[in-house]
Amino acid sequence: MNKLNLSLKQKNTIIGYIFCLPFILGFLFFFIRPFLQAVNFSFNELQVTADGFELHFRGISNYMHILLVHPDFIPSFLETIRDMVVDLPLILSFSFFSALVLNQKFKGQTFSRAIFFLPVIMSAGIILRMEQGDYITEAMQQIEQVDYTFSGAALRNLLLQTRLPEGFLEFVLNAVERIPQIIRASGIQIIVFLAGLQSIPRSIYEAAEVEGATSWENFWLITLPMLSPLILTNIVYTIIDSFISPRNELIDLIRNTAFEGAGFGISMAMAIMYFLTILIMLGVVFKILSGWVFYHE
Amino acid sequence: MEWDLKEYLASLKYKIKNKPVKFLISLLRAGFIIGVAFVILQPLLTKFAASFMVEPDLYDPTVVWIPRQVTFEHYFDVWEYMDYPSALFNHLTLAVAISIMQLFSCTLVGYGLARFDFKGSSFLFGCVIFTLIVPPQLVLIPMYMNFRFFNILGLFGEEGVNLLGSYWPYVLTSLTTTGLRNGLFIYIMRQFFKGMPRQLEEAAYVDGAGAFRTFFRIMLPGAIPGLVVVFLFAFVWTWNDEFFMSLFIGGQGDFLTQALRNVAHRAVDGDHNLLHTEYASLIRNTGMLFFIAPILFIYVFLQRYFVESIERTGLVG
Repeated sequence: MNKLNLSLKQKNTIIGYIFCLPFILGFLFFFIRPFLQAVNFSFNELQVTADGFELHFRGISNYMHILLVHPDFIPSFLETIRDMVVDLPLILSFSFFSALVLNQKFKGQTFSRAIFFLPVIMSAGIILRMEQGDYITEAMQQIEQVDYTFSGAALRNLLLQTRLPEGFLEFVLNAVERIPQIIRASGIQIIVFLAGLQSIPRSIYEAAEVEGATSWENFWLITLPMLSPLILTNIVYTIIDSFISPRNELIDLIRNTAFEGAGFGISMAMAIMYFLTILIMLGVVFKILSGWVFYHE
Repeated sequence: MEWDLKEYLASLKYKIKNKPVKFLISLLRAGFIIGVAFVILQPLLTKFAASFMVEPDLYDPTVVWIPRQVTFEHYFDVWEYMDYPSALFNHLTLAVAISIMQLFSCTLVGYGLARFDFKGSSFLFGCVIFTLIVPPQLVLIPMYMNFRFFNILGLFGEEGVNLLGSYWPYVLTSLTTTGLRNGLFIYIMRQFFKGMPRQLEEAAYVDGAGAFRTFFRIMLPGAIPGLVVVFLFAFVWTWNDEFFMSLFIGGQGDFLTQALRNVAHRAVDGDHNLLHTEYASLIRNTGMLFFIAPILFIYVFLQRYFVESIERTGLVG
């Protein structure tokens, strides 16, 4: 390459692009192209013919249809978004707390970690889908639910007497019912927080100890700020994880609409509505948190 | 250092005074861990218990965990219905091959984004993150259409070729970092390479090694913890993946995914009325154990490496 008399900068650019070539190709052919097609499909009606497919332009009628006519879209859309809004803080706080616990030194620490990470390999993909509607799994869940309704009713009465705001109470009761789901969705998030905890230099704590800080102050003034960038990472991860979860009703609806129901165009319109909503939500979360997140370097 | 009796006694006093608190904390911790462990293990334990049950045990309200009549018959049945040895071999080969391809491409890209400050590199990184936050279902149908009538720049004639049902969609998406969650792998490798000292490469450059030689000879051996993490994630997610499997291969492949999905169907001889019975559920749950077993086996042995290397990847930096 020296024969071409390139400057170091030009050389770096060329080599950089060569290294990134797999992504550039994949992005163009297997991501942006399908993505733009999806946008295009959402404005069309797609008919499969013998040798390919035909598009008939329909304007925004697909969007009008899902918003005004389709009986299932708005309910399952709202439910999916609500689930995400409820689950996100729960998963984050549970995994944060678990990471703090698993970071302590105690007997059986390695074994406990192994079990906490087990959902990463077990509660995924085909297994979760097979468990849906399965007799034995449902029988087990019924046993769980009997227990929860019992404690839930008692809890409800107790909480109603406290005269706390009703929205907050609903959130708490909802959260109690979701405990198993939350735990099984937190594997990776715990790993990320744990890795973060271990990357905080010991010297910072030592310095704080010399200054006479209590462990309470250590937590709020060292641990939490040092981990705050990872909260963003975990928010993004939790959201992308919910796409693949078979419990995601909207994703099921999108899939069923495409292959059995109203057709590809409508299905794509639904998917794009979902995507835009998530994009806006992520934007809001980033906006709120960006002032608060602390970067060490 | 001098051993000071007075100081030692003071510290002993402190220890004794704090003992009840410490004991309480470790008690609470144990309660928390055992509770969570139970919730996590419960589905696995249920399947394990159920796999030994005969059908009447399921109706018996006194049977929860321990079957009244222990039977091993489901294990033999499921082994046969799933065509287990061949399905396992195919599944394992596919998962390993895909993981290696994804590892290769994502590592290259991660390194390119970590070490070469070229024009557009931050834009490319933004694109990587963008691929992550788009639900795969959004591109499901266009992907399906693309591979059904596969054609790039008119290379394959007017109508294109049908790649569905072959391995080509897997190979193409894995080598171009568009497989399942590959954006995350690029991100992990980028963070990892960013955490490695620059002096390593500078020394290699001074000695006259080119960029690629440096990458393969110097950087890759140093990046093994990161590579292990990415490989394990890729392997686990490919193993469990249902989305790309049903999109690319469909319902007829000889993999564990299809074997598991059809196991109850085969157990009741294709009779749809029997498909939702308790017997079908028993077979299905035993099948799920067969599906999880290999990956659980690997996890038991690699768990330590898995967790420790994640901590060392600088995933966090």
